[in-house]
Amino acid sequence: MSNEHIDEVSGVTTTGHEWDGIRELNNPLPRWWVITFYVTIAWAAAYTIAYPAWPMLSSATKGVLGYSSRNEVKSELAAAETAKVRFVTAIQEKSVSEIAADDALREFAVAAGAATFKVNCVQCHGSGAQGSKGFPNLNDDDWLWGGKADQIQQTIMHGIRFSADPDTRMSQMPAFADIITPEQITQVSAYVASLSGKVKDSSLVGPGAKVFEENCVACHGDNAKGNREFGAPDLTDAIWLYRSGETAIAEQVRSPKHGVMPAWLGRLGDTKVKELAVYVHSLGGGE
Amino acid sequence: MLDQTQVERLEAEAVNSAKTRQPLYAARKKIFPKRASGRFRQFKWLVMAVTLGIYYLTPWLRWDRGPFAPDQAVLLDLANRRFYFFFVEIWPQEFYYVAGLLMMAGVGLFLVTSTVGRAWCGYACPQTVWVDLFLVVERAIEGDRNARIKLEAAPWTARKLVLRISKHAIWLLIAVATGGAWIFYFADAPTLALNVAAGTAAPVAYVTILVLTATTYTFGGLMREQVCTYMCPWPRIQAAMLDESSLTVTYNDWRGEPRSRHAKKAVAAGQPTGDCVDCNACVAVCPMGIDIRDGQQLECITCALCIDACDGVMDKLGRERGLIAYATLSDYNANMSLATAGGTTAVNPTLVRTTDGAFASSLAHFHLRNIFRLRTFIYLGAWSAIGLVLLYSLLTRERLELNVLHDRNPQFVTLADGSIRNGYTVKLLNMIPEPRTIEVSLQGLPGAEMNAVGIDIPASQSFTTVAEPDRLKVLRVFVRQPSAQITGIARTFTFRIRDQAGVESAEYTATFNAPETAK
Repeated sequence: MSNEHIDEVSGVTTTGHEWDGIRELNNPLPRWWVITFYVTIAWAAAYTIAYPAWPMLSSATKGVLGYSSRNEVKSELAAAETAKVRFVTAIQEKSVSEIAADDALREFAVAAGAATFKVNCVQCHGSGAQGSKGFPNLNDDDWLWGGKADQIQQTIMHGIRFSADPDTRMSQMPAFADIITPEQITQVSAYVASLSGKVKDSSLVGPGAKVFEENCVACHGDNAKGNREFGAPDLTDAIWLYRSGETAIAEQVRSPKHGVMPAWLGRLGDTKVKELAVYVHSLGGGE
Repeated sequence: MLDQTQVERLEAEAVNSAKTRQPLYAARKKIFPKRASGRFRQFKWLVMAVTLGIYYLTPWLRWDRGPFAPDQAVLLDLANRRFYFFFVEIWPQEFYYVAGLLMMAGVGLFLVTSTVGRAWCGYACPQTVWVDLFLVVERAIEGDRNARIKLEAAPWTARKLVLRISKHAIWLLIAVATGGAWIFYFADAPTLALNVAAGTAAPVAYVTILVLTATTYTFGGLMREQVCTYMCPWPRIQAAMLDESSLTVTYNDWRGEPRSRHAKKAVAAGQPTGDCVDCNACVAVCPMGIDIRDGQQLECITCALCIDACDGVMDKLGRERGLIAYATLSDYNANMSLATAGGTTAVNPTLVRTTDGAFASSLAHFHLRNIFRLRTFIYLGAWSAIGLVLLYSLLTRERLELNVLHDRNPQFVTLADGSIRNGYTVKLLNMIPEPRTIEVSLQGLPGAEMNAVGIDIPASQSFTTVAEPDRLKVLRVFVRQPSAQITGIARTFTFRIRDQAGVESAEYTATFNAPETAK
């Protein structure tokens, strides 16, 4: 070009574009930049061949390296399982009480059991295992069916009043509305309430004791301390599954409610049940 | 009086001078600093040896801490989250010591800058030290300034190729060594060295070496003064740190001007002549490519090499040293005022000299008391205050700590006998590298007893447990209080831990919750 214009300050040619005396310098991109740019394009092309990329009608190209994020998750999960295998094997081989006695194993089982608990148990027992009316609090030291680790394990494995499992823990309190008079129900309720607190009308306690002796000692025992063989609750302590107080007791005498817990062995397997048992045992009430 | 024949005039141009400063989109002009020699060069060699020595050797120092902790004197153990510095061991939550040290470094920089200018930039900054090191290599291979300029302009011959390849190869070696030394601060140095050599070290070690090799080579070999001028924020901040009493590298116009290359002629013509013979020695040695005679400028890192160069020339000419010297702005201004008769004339060097050629007694000189002024006292005060607080806190810090988390769900549990139980996660921090037997006890909760999961002891007011060396021990503790002794829905009490063999103890105030019905 004959009319090439060169900028005075920089000594660089201009593009010929001019706006009100302002000219554009003709500074090409640095070569390293251009090369890098082309390298990234080549890289991108190679990448789409190596990795899953191009959408097709029903799926996408698989990529020649055979990478897939699902496989990666799979292998990571497998690696996590491998990392746990030492503990899991030990849990499979040992009894729950042995697991609870081993610091490292207990720590693992409690963590694993807590996770299983949060998925499977919180719906009834609550997120803190604190229970609610009709659903036992697992933190306390009152156990219907026993609070030793192996007893807890047994309960979790086979459930309570779960008809599909022949080994389930089974018991049923009769509805005393059909057996004794309403007056006797009032009396026995007052007697039972008096075992752990004050009652409104203490004149009912004496006759109530007699009713209790005739109808209740078979399961709840002479001293009303209950019997874990039948899951018969201790009536002298401060813990009431269906609320405390004469009214609530009378209700339960008249037509008792019975909770059902499913058997978990088939669903969770032996290892997870053991972990759960150790976890529940560690909540503070374990015997 | 003058014998200028001894002084070679150098064809040196200050490429970064304000007068000839190029637009930012112009290509960089290379700088070929000439070798300087003199007091400040000697001092810089010394600083370089000490700083590089510290950098390369520190990870190899050993410090015995017993069988439960590493024996490396300085170790940043990221995997285990411990920082070891000789007798000090820092846990992550004690990182404020590092924050404190950084504050001291910051204030210390203010202090140094306000007294002796950019001494950090000129002597101790890694950029300066490594550029110096790279320049040593460059000079050894390609020769001094003129030879390098010639080589740069020469066409590509076999000789140039060999020289260039060997220079860059040695630079790369230094860069690899720099990156290589860095990783030894993060793991046991002898083990890691073997692993790195065998190719079995962690990938992050190799990546770190690679990255630091790249930065060292690029910053020290290729970018050099551009890092200081364009990338570093410190040159911008320093203006606020300097004042009229700070020592900076100064060209003393009041005795140098008017500069003359032909002083004899000028004297013969009866014109006033200054001490500056315009030999450009100060420009040739400058690693930043500036002319100090233009006055204070952003680019100047005060490496003082121009002082050495000028002093050498003055010695040859038999004149007093210090035409370029460390001087304060106030002294400089006073002397300028003298030399220009209060600003009424151009610089006239005869005004600062007596008739027999000696300097006038009215010239201002630097005094040590210039260092001791309110500003430096404030910096020194802040610096020492932070240091003393850190030191005090370091000497009195707890090596046994207790943290307690109260269970929130459930907050309390009613037990069969009506008593109330609360659960706590108790964390014992044994922060020394020795196992300790710790007694955990309850205080301020009448009738209460506790037990811990996994510790087979009867419920009581206290129990002992062994805390592993340098570890956190987590206990699940259940505290139980009889219902008769419960006084309200929330009651504070104290967990106390005590080292049975030592004197250390720690306390934590926790809350005991009870239902309203339990009162």
